[in-house]
Amino acid sequence: MSEVRDPAAQPERTRFAWRRTTLAGGLVVALALRHALVRDGGWAGLLIGAVGVLCLLLITFVAHVRMRRLDTAVPAPSGHWPVLTVAAAVLCLAGIGAALLAVAER
Amino acid sequence: MASRGRASAEGGPGRFRSAVMMWFSPSRMEAEGTTPDYRFSLANERTFLAWIRTALALVAGGIAVDQFLTDLTWGLRTSIAVALFFCGAVCALRAVHRWVVCERAMRRGEDLPSSPFPAMLAVGTAVASLLVAAAIVFGVTR
Repeated sequence: MSEVRDPAAQPERTRFAWRRTTLAGGLVVALALRHALVRDGGWAGLLIGAVGVLCLLLITFVAHVRMRRLDTAVPAPSGHWPVLTVAAAVLCLAGIGAALLAVAER
Repeated sequence: MASRGRASAEGGPGRFRSAVMMWFSPSRMEAEGTTPDYRFSLANERTFLAWIRTALALVAGGIAVDQFLTDLTWGLRTSIAVALFFCGAVCALRAVHRWVVCERAMRRGEDLPSSPFPAMLAVGTAVASLLVAAAIVFGVTR
């Protein structure tokens, strides 16, 4: 089965799912940066926000690699590392949220 | 099916442990059964991503609560936010676990496992939003 187009557009749907996930991550980081600025976390808040930006970059990078690999007629399924990396980035973002609470003015 | 008999003989806790070991071990996963149709794997990947977005939404909710519900007392606001961060973290971990368990079931040709987690999350979200609404309406504010 060479170059058979999948009628259910599975690779395309999966690529959009990665895109949506990146956007959701962007929303979280935007909120985190707003928190750092508005709630006056000082330098610590900005530093934590910067770590959030790094998490977003990591998610974007993994999504980019996956989307490129899905852009073939018979794409390779996801292995372990994209799954683990994205999950680790989300755990990190949850920790960043907690850290922002800790450094913010009451 | 032979694989099903082996799976049920494995039992609950042992099965969970072997799934968790599979989190970090692609070779252990590949030793199971045969590679399924790539479309099934892609569907599993999309389900994983949907759970990841759920986790991200919970984290975003936590950060938003602390920024926008500033009329609530500090303790209440922080408790809600921390609970949301915790749920987000649990969702992210469960996303990985579910991905591993479903991938393994597909490789073995078993049924996908059922789970009470979505129902628990739904009930938890409903109860939490009612509590927050009550706190705002009945004024646990400063």
